[in-house]
Amino acid sequence: MHAPRNETYLNATVGIRSWLLTTDHKRIALLYFAGITFFFFIGGIAATLIRFELLTPGPTLGSADLYNRLFTMHGIIMVWFFLIPSIPTTMGNFILPMMIGARDLAFPRLNLTSWYLYMAGGLITLTALLLGGVDTGWTFYTPYSTFYATGYLILAVFGIFVSGFSSILTGLNFIVTVHKLRAPGMTWYKLPVFVWSTYATSVILVLATPVLAMTLLMLLAERVLHVGIFSPQLGGDPILFQHMFWFYSHPAVYIMILPSMGVISEIVPVFSRKPLFGYYFVVWCSIAIAVIGFLVWGHHMFVAGQALYASLAFSFLSYLVAVPSAIKVFNWTATMHEGWIRFDAPMLYAFGFIGLFTIGGLTGLFLAALPIDVHVTDTYFVVAHFHYIMVGGAVMGYFAGLHYWWPKITGRLYPDYWARFAAILAFFGFNLTFFPQFILGYLGMPRRYQTYPPEFQIWHVLSSAGASILAVGYALPLFYFAWSILRGPRASANPWGATGLEWSTRSPPPPENFATTPTVIRPPYQYVRGEPLMQAGDV
Amino acid sequence: MPGLPFWPQRASAYAGQVDFLFTCLLVITVLTVGLVFFLLFFFANKYRHGSNAVRHEPTRKTWRWEVSWTAATLVVFVGLAVWGASLYVHLYNPPEDALQIFVVGKQWMWKAQHPGGQREINALHVPVNQDVRLVMASQDVIHSFYIPALRIKQDVVPGRYETMWFRADRVGRYHLFCAEYCGTDHAKMGGWITVMNPRDFADWLQAQGGQETLAAQGQQLFHRYGCSGCHEAGGTVRAPNLNGVFGSPVPLSDGSVVIADERYVRDSILNPKGQVAAGYAPVMPTFKGQVSEDDLAKLVAYIESIGPNRSGTS
Repeated sequence: MHAPRNETYLNATVGIRSWLLTTDHKRIALLYFAGITFFFFIGGIAATLIRFELLTPGPTLGSADLYNRLFTMHGIIMVWFFLIPSIPTTMGNFILPMMIGARDLAFPRLNLTSWYLYMAGGLITLTALLLGGVDTGWTFYTPYSTFYATGYLILAVFGIFVSGFSSILTGLNFIVTVHKLRAPGMTWYKLPVFVWSTYATSVILVLATPVLAMTLLMLLAERVLHVGIFSPQLGGDPILFQHMFWFYSHPAVYIMILPSMGVISEIVPVFSRKPLFGYYFVVWCSIAIAVIGFLVWGHHMFVAGQALYASLAFSFLSYLVAVPSAIKVFNWTATMHEGWIRFDAPMLYAFGFIGLFTIGGLTGLFLAALPIDVHVTDTYFVVAHFHYIMVGGAVMGYFAGLHYWWPKITGRLYPDYWARFAAILAFFGFNLTFFPQFILGYLGMPRRYQTYPPEFQIWHVLSSAGASILAVGYALPLFYFAWSILRGPRASANPWGATGLEWSTRSPPPPENFATTPTVIRPPYQYVRGEPLMQAGDV
Repeated sequence: MPGLPFWPQRASAYAGQVDFLFTCLLVITVLTVGLVFFLLFFFANKYRHGSNAVRHEPTRKTWRWEVSWTAATLVVFVGLAVWGASLYVHLYNPPEDALQIFVVGKQWMWKAQHPGGQREINALHVPVNQDVRLVMASQDVIHSFYIPALRIKQDVVPGRYETMWFRADRVGRYHLFCAEYCGTDHAKMGGWITVMNPRDFADWLQAQGGQETLAAQGQQLFHRYGCSGCHEAGGTVRAPNLNGVFGSPVPLSDGSVVIADERYVRDSILNPKGQVAAGYAPVMPTFKGQVSEDDLAKLVAYIESIGPNRSGTS
């Protein structure tokens, strides 16, 4: 308590250099926030234009080439420069060290390097997309990408390659931090679930991202140097590319969703004022998802001509990987039983997450069923399914976490009514956008079509209408968060009545996080009749 | 239902089986989502902060619940996996003596060649209640042959033959799409599949004009490309005689045995040193880059026509 009462990580040093050369995990998290928000809106603009184009069965906005570039840009930006880094690099960076009672990540300068790599990769790719775009789709399937695609493919792929190192270094940093920097008393089973799920995510980042790097390098080698790897023209095998691509890109889905599951596992107990139901099961389900997630990539290739027995095995494993996700949903629901439930904005986002993730997960069962996948793969059914997971799941989780930790990060409160309104708007807008796409998909509407048979129009119009509502739901936080920073009331150290270590220090935290290193005496999420018991003892 | 279509057209018995599985999954989904949403709303209301509902000490023994719902989920999932697999295997077992149509995909059209030599683009005419087998190749990038009304789809990967089969049981006109993104006019790469009565189908074939059959065209190519120089009796180089080869097992020089199907014949033309028949020297030159996919289909049709089970051209 001897540190100056008003010194925080925000005002400890000033000037642009103090931000761009910072090694404070909290400031780096804010740098990431800036980058990720920027890319989220770039990807969102592309999505808006896509939904506008699809209002009519014929061309609406422009040429087929323009449309192809739009959905490619939307996919690349959203996957690699928003979804994958979103929660780990922002909330993971900011909160994870505080949750375990550390002063910073294990390698602060490496952390800053990661941000520069991310921004460099993002700007390189964005340059390629704005110069003339890429028309391959985010999946870069060969031999289309190596021989037939036009545009700035090489530059775009190089940007993704560069940002991959940001992923790897971030994952490495988290793994070492969780192993080495836990405060006294913070045993593995006292770790908040967010730490566990970020840890599981980091393992995937470190193991899977190098495979993407190799795949992209081989792609570049074939396109630039005509080394025959993937293209039959050069004696290569196009299916090999798909195996390698999905060996990264399926686990990448778990990179996106596991951190969100971690956020929800934090929020549900806090706003239910009850310990998390089945802590050990939730924790080990994260690990199980990370492990089994590496064994299901072939379910993207049920109609690609892979061997029958491979398809049978991948189908079975895909059902298996859904089990831990189902267990998590049951545990969150059970946590609310006999709680003292509050409905602040983070909890509404968490409700939204559980609802949308449940639908997304269950429709995954349809796709794991081989004959149904044959019918609906590469249709809007798949588009709807993965948006329920990645937008309904991952983005809802991102917003939930953002609203939950906002008072800690900024030291300010936001207008709760507006935030709840945005959460509800996003939930309904989301469903109106993507639910019709399930129907479209089962009707047989293929994805990546600029024009389509007129009988599909009604569903596309509904979807586009939903997208405009969703856009408002996503834009609203920009305004009330800006207001919060400028005018918002000061937040106390623990405005939600949470129990984690990050809430036992000031809001916003001092540069060193804790005046003295806390000693952990209790498991996370301890409540007695709705009253919180802090992990570090009551302060 | 004009305006608000909910369910796709169905034109085969197989499509009905897929729909049944889909419907069951739909029921499971609705029940599960219903249960989760009900519990969320029920708990949210009953245990809202400030309500007077009775709360007990939180139970420490959660494992009974965990084991129960894990086991229940696992059983249902395994059942679904097995059900799905049993239907899927059906797609891998084409019946004998199906009507065989060669399909070539290229940016941005589907070209079909009937055994009688009739050709069509972005359209496919087939007889009702008859097994049809498609042998498909791509000339450039990956395409995917998709007929929603039949619930079937197959990627067509360049460099090899892919096959799919179906038995349409309802006369009508159904969408044909390319489902794998293939470039600028991907959305325009499609058309209609027309399922016809056998009599109408025969009339349609007739009306396409009196081309030579695919196999007969293949026979001419067999001579023009010089295949016959070695592969027919009296050839100057010792090469396997191809009479009666198609569909039968071929012992290879590495000791393995392959069935001489379309894929093997195609590969042997383009990459003859890949799978050499036992007892022969690997002297055949490659025809890669010299024979188009259309001509390959004709050659394969010819080899097939002189196979053991076929008498002349079908």
